[in-house]
Amino acid sequence: MADIALAHAPETAAELNRARALSAGARCALPVAILLGIGFLAPLVAILGYAFATPRSFDVFRSFTLENFATLFDPSNTVWLSFLWSCGFALATVAILAVVAYPIAYGLNVVFGRAAPLISVLFVFPLFVSENVRLYGWVLFYIKNGVLDGTLKWLGFSGGPEVLYTPGITLFGMVYTYLPFMLFPMTLGLALVPRDLVDAARDLGAGRLFIWREIELPLAMPGILIGMLLTFVLAIGATAEAKILGGQSIIVISHDIEIAFTYSQNWPLGSALAVIVTVFISGLTLFALSKLDLDRMLGRR
Amino acid sequence: MAITHKRRDAAIWGWTLFVLVVIYLPIACGALASFNKSRYFGFPVKQYSTDWWSKTVDSIEIGMIVKTSILVALLVTVVSVVIATFGALAFARYDWKGRRLYQKLILLPIFFPQPVLGLAMLLGFNAVGIQTSWATAVFAHTVWIVPVVTLVIAIQVYGFDPSLEEAAFDLGCSRLQVLREVTLPLLWPGIWSGMLFAFLLSWSNFPLSLYTTGADSTIPEWLYAKMVAGYTPMVPALGTMATLGAAALLLAGGLIGLLVRRRAAA
Repeated sequence: MADIALAHAPETAAELNRARALSAGARCALPVAILLGIGFLAPLVAILGYAFATPRSFDVFRSFTLENFATLFDPSNTVWLSFLWSCGFALATVAILAVVAYPIAYGLNVVFGRAAPLISVLFVFPLFVSENVRLYGWVLFYIKNGVLDGTLKWLGFSGGPEVLYTPGITLFGMVYTYLPFMLFPMTLGLALVPRDLVDAARDLGAGRLFIWREIELPLAMPGILIGMLLTFVLAIGATAEAKILGGQSIIVISHDIEIAFTYSQNWPLGSALAVIVTVFISGLTLFALSKLDLDRMLGRR
Repeated sequence: MAITHKRRDAAIWGWTLFVLVVIYLPIACGALASFNKSRYFGFPVKQYSTDWWSKTVDSIEIGMIVKTSILVALLVTVVSVVIATFGALAFARYDWKGRRLYQKLILLPIFFPQPVLGLAMLLGFNAVGIQTSWATAVFAHTVWIVPVVTLVIAIQVYGFDPSLEEAAFDLGCSRLQVLREVTLPLLWPGIWSGMLFAFLLSWSNFPLSLYTTGADSTIPEWLYAKMVAGYTPMVPALGTMATLGAAALLLAGGLIGLLVRRRAAA
């Protein structure tokens, strides 16, 4: 864009312009860089420091030991179980949400027309209601004598199923909480599919499944992938669902980290666990993001 | 062809409306529980009353918590919108050497589990000896909200023609004048949405507040503490009030945005 226009301009002016733009961009990024340096990077360094400190101590940066990691990788430690639960639930959340959100994302792009902005707002709004309020609403719905149980009894049935405080309801809560994080990247992704292309393929006799598999899905993939990644990563760190709805019937990995920090007062152990989770998540995120062109996603022309 | 389309569209509408009903169902359940006269929830509700609402409004403790929440959200809004506006210009407006890397790094806090981020910040504050309070919570919220708001504003920046800025420079405007007279008015809709996002995300944030507010407490924290131990119908009452407050703000913000755009267009 700007570069192409400048290529025809006199050499010196072009270089001058580019030098100015370069410094302006970097200067604008500076406040963000400082904020994230202090507020994001520094805490991660602190966690790293604690992870190598003597267990059950607060000797950060004054002691060095691998004992915390040894404890975590010890076969008798059940922390790997929490990690498996979290990963499994995160994968299931991603799979379910992909199916739930796809028709809605498609509708927002193609079907809803003038109603699309309003429907988007209705899907965004729950993000502005604290997740524990929404999850507690589900407790009131599913609890004994709650909305579901009461309605079924009133209709003459023996009462609602006892789903509360089971692993299944935890998964339900995660699907519920993370829907917007799958829906909106997916909607942006589907917006990248030119409708003319789909129409052309149809005119040429392509079947619906063929169009979906060969045109829509590949072109929308960047958005779908971001949605899946975001959902997966956030679901790995989810705790509120397992605590409020699941009633601690399973312990997820973030909950293990919290337990180390609060009840057992073993900050170094909790930090070591947090470091492992962080490395896993950032590795995944950076790998996936390196494959994507954000300018195209967000609409740079 | 047209018939199959109609059927497909109806199915998509039906599915979307069903999902929306499911999404708002728990919020409605909370509202219902807050109007229940007896202390313990039972459905169908035997007797409705607004007692718990008035008790919630009269509570001095809750009043202080609401004030803390508003204070934190306001400060977060101001700080993060200023930082994120420049952040969005760097994200989408300028071509500079580190841009690709910067675009990815700025997303990392969003792609990071908030409970872990909150704990990490608690450790960080602890390591340098800062006592946690509402002020540290403002900082913690800002770290997570600035990237979100940067993205919201960046979408507006993509649709903005940089030659307008250059024309103003060529006509002799200073950097500050260009910012005030050209850049900010053009980006205003994005900045406005960014402000709404910042306030509402801070208002509803729980995982970061939990670890970084110290002895102070915000609304989501108070609700969680009471959910775990000591339920009273004041929990759904305050939850519903917070929800209605957010809805009113979003509605008012949307209307103001619309009016300003109409007036600018006229």
